[in-house]
Amino acid sequence: MKKKMPRWFYQLASPKWFYEFTSALLPWFSAAAILLLVTGTIWGLVFAPADYQQGNSFRIIYIHVPASILAQSCYVMMAVAGAIGLIWKMKIAHVVAGACAPIGASIAVMSLATGAIWGKPTWGAWWVWDARLTSMLVLLFLYIGVIALNSAFENKASADKATAILSLVGLVNIPIIKYSVEWWNTLHQPATFTVTAKPAMPPEMWLPLLVMVLGFYCFFAVILMSRARVEVLQREKRTDWVKKVIQNY
Amino acid sequence: MTPKRKKRLTIILALVFGTALIVGLVMYALTENINLFYSTSQIAKGEAPVGARIRAGGMVVDDSVKRIPDSLKVQFAITDFEHQVVVEFTGILPDLFREGQGIIAQGKMDAQGVFQADEVLAKHDENYMPPEIAESMKKKQEAMQ
Repeated sequence: MKKKMPRWFYQLASPKWFYEFTSALLPWFSAAAILLLVTGTIWGLVFAPADYQQGNSFRIIYIHVPASILAQSCYVMMAVAGAIGLIWKMKIAHVVAGACAPIGASIAVMSLATGAIWGKPTWGAWWVWDARLTSMLVLLFLYIGVIALNSAFENKASADKATAILSLVGLVNIPIIKYSVEWWNTLHQPATFTVTAKPAMPPEMWLPLLVMVLGFYCFFAVILMSRARVEVLQREKRTDWVKKVIQNY
Repeated sequence: MTPKRKKRLTIILALVFGTALIVGLVMYALTENINLFYSTSQIAKGEAPVGARIRAGGMVVDDSVKRIPDSLKVQFAITDFEHQVVVEFTGILPDLFREGQGIIAQGKMDAQGVFQADEVLAKHDENYMPPEIAESMKKKQEAMQ
């Protein structure tokens, strides 16, 4: 029972191929990110109707929800990349995982900060130790832990291995964040936006939100690829193809 | 996949599911502590500790809000549609506080069975609406009555 992974999977493992492949993708994702984020921001902040209870303060949803979704997806990606790196001993996977951590940490800070700013006028408190908020804070600490652990090793290979294991252990937090609002009584409301159910708001409110979510993902892809490319060049600096890339730059 | 890779995959899966199981059991054991508030039924049934600082959550009952003149004191009832609890609070209520709105109050039960709150938080639900739609829904409801 020796099943082979598809060809692109092994191609992706070649640093040179990865570098060239992302060179082709980057401009498209950058353009999409700018387009979606600009459209979504203007649409959400100017044209979307105000909420009947919260008025204009609800508009922070257009930053808060995409940031929260992305912070969690980014973590899943980091853990999966780490697992691939461990199983197939694929260096590129570790590079991608390493690139995820600082981005995820910043996005998690963004989610927590916008949530606090919204919480003060709406709930009457900046911070409450409910299950959703606390598990999101744990996510931020996991990211910080991964970054710290990764830089604590002299040897790149051991650093990659250790951070991959830590991120896999931390993966358990993701379903906790997601279901915290259902499993326990929390102050935080249930999800506004789910893949399965109809959104609990009219289209003129959720369409800009969808645009923002897609924009955040594209933005994430751009930053992720850029970080990973620099890391690839650094790790492969002794190879001929990198010398050529640098010369042609 | 080579046998070696398969072995590593198994170890990783065991690691992920193992931690999930452990954390799951811990969370299950701590459910009472993780819950942010007690529902009014839980309080009425005596599941909430008496005399200790707790949080009570529920919907503000319509027409139950009484403001005591010349002070910031407010009295209202909250319900989970089974049991009601009367809450007294002195201070400024959050913007979203209104009848029919979910709130969470922190404080203690007193000897008369009145919940003495020192903090009131408004609980927002996941529904958002433009004001015009909310207005027209309200009109429809009134027309039906």
